[in-house]
Amino acid sequence: MKNTSILYIGILIFGIAAPFVFPAFKVQLSILCVLIVLATTWNIQGGEMGYNSFGNILFYGLGMYLCASVQVGMFFPLAEWTESGGEKTFVHTPAQFFQGMAVGLIVAAIVPTIVAGLIGYSILGLRGHYFAICTLGLGVAAGEISGGIEIIGAGQGFTTPPFPDVGSLDSRGEFFYFLSFFTLVLTFIAVRSIYSTRFKLILNAIRDNEDKAEAMGIETMKYKIIGWMISAFFCGLAGGIMGGLVGYIDSTDVAFDGREMGVFMVLMAILGGKGTLWGPIIGATVFHIFKEGFWTFFLGWQYVALGVLIVVIVIYFPEGIMGWLREKYPERFGEVVDEKDRKAQVELK
Amino acid sequence: MISVQACLDGILLGILFALIAYGMALQWGVMNIINIAQGDLVILGGYIAYFMYLYGIHPAWGVIVAPVIMYFVGIAIYKLVINKVVDRDLFISILATFGISILFMQLMNFAFGADVVLANSDYGTTMLFNNNVVLPNSKIFSAFISILFAICLVIYMKKSKLGRAIRATAQNARAAKILGVDTEKVYAATFGINAALCGVAGALISITFTIHPYMGLPYTIRSFMIVIVAGLGNLPGVAMSGMGLGVFEEFADYILGTEFRIGSVFLLLVLILIYRRFKLSKKREYLK
Repeated sequence: MKNTSILYIGILIFGIAAPFVFPAFKVQLSILCVLIVLATTWNIQGGEMGYNSFGNILFYGLGMYLCASVQVGMFFPLAEWTESGGEKTFVHTPAQFFQGMAVGLIVAAIVPTIVAGLIGYSILGLRGHYFAICTLGLGVAAGEISGGIEIIGAGQGFTTPPFPDVGSLDSRGEFFYFLSFFTLVLTFIAVRSIYSTRFKLILNAIRDNEDKAEAMGIETMKYKIIGWMISAFFCGLAGGIMGGLVGYIDSTDVAFDGREMGVFMVLMAILGGKGTLWGPIIGATVFHIFKEGFWTFFLGWQYVALGVLIVVIVIYFPEGIMGWLREKYPERFGEVVDEKDRKAQVELK
Repeated sequence: MISVQACLDGILLGILFALIAYGMALQWGVMNIINIAQGDLVILGGYIAYFMYLYGIHPAWGVIVAPVIMYFVGIAIYKLVINKVVDRDLFISILATFGISILFMQLMNFAFGADVVLANSDYGTTMLFNNNVVLPNSKIFSAFISILFAICLVIYMKKSKLGRAIRATAQNARAAKILGVDTEKVYAATFGINAALCGVAGALISITFTIHPYMGLPYTIRSFMIVIVAGLGNLPGVAMSGMGLGVFEEFADYILGTEFRIGSVFLLLVLILIYRRFKLSKKREYLK
């Protein structure tokens, strides 16, 4: 117990100090935070619930577009903004920028949650590979359709408001870093508290055998939808932050990028270990370091490397880092049983 | 007249889709694997025909060359990847083939460039109804060849020894194994035949339409959609739903505009799945 609290405090201190210690990696660290959020929330329904979705990118892209549109639309006409493209005909004052960002992030979190609830009712009735392919279709359809809508930039893209000049030199990096780090902490606390409740056991029951779970009197549909909505909430938030961080939104290359982000989140969760709390976090960190460290060596061959990586991980390493550790050192990394329960059982023996 | 044009275009296009879907249904039924890389195999077959065209050979010969090459590509994919995921979790096989799909996409992008290309067959066009309906002869040719290949394959599956072994494995792999069928070989052959069918379809697509390294995924989704509408092992159903999809797509193209064409295909998939789900949930069942 003591060890884990030391670990948390250590990570927290590292997280707060990181942008000042490694000022050159601010953007990379913010992207890492977003990736961890995406992998962790994918794990809620992919790992714990057993509903492997390729479509969480839908909420991510939706959040991205919504946050940017609200941020612009609150103060300026949206259509004229996108028409002017990169030429800055309108300039946000700092107050407008931060107000817009705050409202935009709230909208970016709430609307995808509602969307997840609405489509979840119809889609979560599908199982296994039908669900996977259906969500894959949803993600691609969203990308294709948003690429045809004029008001959010259609094919030419959407430039998000540039960060206002507030004096200090690199406040943009720090702002986005702390925003994403805060989201990460929020996500971690939320997911950790979810995983210690009965709700997680219900999700696991759905994963292990949905028919039996239903027969035991669990309203599986309700819990599946709630699980997906939690996922969608944080995905939308992460998308909103990422939109501001990247500064430019394109329908198929940035927002609904099923070929990159949509696969990354699945891959990171599997690499770290599906169905564990720390797995996606470790997986995302390892993946991001690998990606940033070695991507430059491949020079254009990144996607080839990505394809090979997916095949290799899936075939030879499907249990992930945490799964492997659990098998190797069960006494250290195994499933933690409630201490009181365990003692009671020992006494009975 | 525009609706007649769209209908005819759609039907000729749909026959091609049905050929791809037939391959998918075959390996889905036999190996219980959904191959996301199906569309990329199609595009690869298309590039074979395109390269023959570049080197001065008539691209129609691609219909014979592409399946032969693609058969061996399919066997190679099976030996390298698929045989390790055959009896694993379905999601594992989906993700593995997704990886293959990304790999193929990029390799084709490097090898052939990111341009939209087509192999010109010089077949001319046919005018119908007082020149109001224009049908390129290449489309008619491709529909004819697809039907021919489908018929050959059906006869082959019915009569030949390998065909019988494939059908036996599809029904019950364990029983087939006990009765002396080398299921490993059957799986490899099935995947090879599937890839060969994709090769034929790809060669035809490169003649009639255009090909591009990133255009694979829509073909996968279309064939998946056709198979779930028709059901596994229902050949007339595959043909009918293929044509239906083709007509739907042409109409979506005319009504919504070309930029929404792919989007509408993917949306249709989602709608079909949702429809099936609600219909089955009345009987307390789900799609298996």
